[in-house]
Amino acid sequence: MTDKELQLKSVHLRKNILKYIYMAKAGHTGGSLSCVDILNVLYNRVLNVDPHEFRKPDRDRYIQSKGHSVEALFVTLADRGFFPEADLETLCQHESHYIGHPTKKVNGIEQNTGALGHGLSIGVGEAIAAKLDGKTHRIYTLLGDGELPEGSNWEAFLSAAHYKLDNLYAILDYNKQQITGNNEEVMSLDSVRDKLESFGWAVKEVDGHNLIALEEALNKGPLVAGKPSFIIAHTVKGKGVSYMEGNIKWHHGVPTAEQYQLAMSELQEAEALI
Amino acid sequence: MKKYIDQGKNDTRSGYGAAMTELGRSNPNVVALCADLVASLKIQPFIDENPDRFFQIGIAEANMMGIAAGLTIGGKIPFASTFANFATGRVYDQIRQSIAYSGKNVKICASHAGITLGEDGATHQILEDIGLMKMLPGMVVINPCDYNQTKAATLAIADYVGPVYLRFGRPKVANFTPVDQKFEIGKALMLNEGSDVTIVATGHLVWEALKAAETLEQQGVSAEVINIHTIKPLDEEAVLKSVKKTGCIVTCEEHNYLGGLGESISGLLASQHPTPQEFVATKDTFGESGTPEQLMEKYGLNNKAIENAVLRVMKRK
Ligand SMILES: Cc1ncc(C[n+]2csc(CCOP(=O)(O)OP(=O)(O)O)c2C)c(N)n1
Ligand SMILES: [Mg+2]
Repeated sequence: MTDKELQLKSVHLRKNILKYIYMAKAGHTGGSLSCVDILNVLYNRVLNVDPHEFRKPDRDRYIQSKGHSVEALFVTLADRGFFPEADLETLCQHESHYIGHPTKKVNGIEQNTGALGHGLSIGVGEAIAAKLDGKTHRIYTLLGDGELPEGSNWEAFLSAAHYKLDNLYAILDYNKQQITGNNEEVMSLDSVRDKLESFGWAVKEVDGHNLIALEEALNKGPLVAGKPSFIIAHTVKGKGVSYMEGNIKWHHGVPTAEQYQLAMSELQEAEALI
Repeated sequence: MKKYIDQGKNDTRSGYGAAMTELGRSNPNVVALCADLVASLKIQPFIDENPDRFFQIGIAEANMMGIAAGLTIGGKIPFASTFANFATGRVYDQIRQSIAYSGKNVKICASHAGITLGEDGATHQILEDIGLMKMLPGMVVINPCDYNQTKAATLAIADYVGPVYLRFGRPKVANFTPVDQKFEIGKALMLNEGSDVTIVATGHLVWEALKAAETLEQQGVSAEVINIHTIKPLDEEAVLKSVKKTGCIVTCEEHNYLGGLGESISGLLASQHPTPQEFVATKDTFGESGTPEQLMEKYGLNNKAIENAVLRVMKRK
């Protein structure tokens, strides 16, 4: 896949996020649009995963700790062939496996998440397990910035550095917003880089919507040998739809018919420019 | 039977929010905490009127419970609120050690309890919280039935000294409790006197129990309906008095049958007055996505499920 095709895919995935949230009349729109470029790069450039033989033992692992942005994960997995895209027409419906948070009932999903602050600890366990087994596969986890204050994350940060887990990558979807407002109003994070470095992690900051920069950061092995890698991906909540960008109303917002049309035409324009 | 009128569907969490607004004005000791779910908990008016008595803790519920325990110094009455899952299971040891064991006057106020929160699915649908909380020595556990009762209960727990777990939900449900009815902690409410079967219900299943009793009446079954809004301390006298008359009981709750209201009642009856009992509750399962109606149908939590349980239990008398 060329870089241009990868860029086009990001637009396509954004359209699908909106399409299925609009159909379901439910979903976490803002956070899905903010992390979908990260997922696009992970699933199409970084992760060694096989949609047809998902459970093969040496696969790379991806755990989405900010589980509420499941729509971004669903559309990326469907696009990569883990299940038919049409399955997503049942999103959030009764008896569907495609519910509002990640579940292992869906092919390609490693871990049930939804309550925040769980993914990284599981990642630490999986990274230790890989080392024990002498395996070289990598473990990636995606955290939200609002999620970061959960104390369990900081326990996991300590343990990952303690066990020198350089097969572990935590990606921060740093959109600077959560449900109630901006991080700095809700619970200030101050310098994430300084905190993580002092916790013994190697840290790199990238533009979380620049696919090439993301690939650089995620696919070149550990940032520093013997240390877990922390990628601060600077993102925009609601990215790609002008009236959603940076507006917390869209954390859990579902577009009206008119808003949906407007969003789709904006994405159409973006596609034409690529 | 006695008629109950739905004054208009409303969500119980809005009853909590409305009471918090009143408490903000009437009780200067009341302080509020939240973990990034202000809009869901309906406490923005409290915050607007009392910005210096509100503490946003961010997504750090364990920290919130500890801070609430510490905030009780000087007679302050902390109301710590978030979704039921994160208000109980996630922070159990904080509640156990720093609030319950330490006897702190903290009000743990939990929205989105049970299965009816809908599309978010199993991770958010806690069906074990009543059990977790009622097992803690000294913890009062309250699950009001509608908007008016949630509001009254919120006001009442501010006047009670000691830890309280107040459980309410996300969907709009029938609102039928009289608007001025005072809330008495631990005092069950007799809603309909009957002679053939006792139905005790908690939370919005009280409304389902009333609907079931109406249909049963048409079939010639006289059902006594009791609203047990306080699961702990349980109004043992009200339950025993009723089953001595009717000889059988159905317990109804949006919670796992293990650890819930039904289990508290079977414990009471086994030791005091053995009585056939049927459980309208979830059967040791996690939840899933769906509308509240779909989920209540599938998991057997609606009026029809209650009717069937009544017919079953009456055969066992
Ligand atoms: C333990 C826990 N507390 C609260 C919630 C409710 N919740 C879901 S998403 C969210 C905000 C998340 O903000 P952030 O991590 O920044 O995500 P993003 O901005 O990427 O959507 C909250 C409070 C939850 N899912 N889990
Ligand atoms: Mg965020």
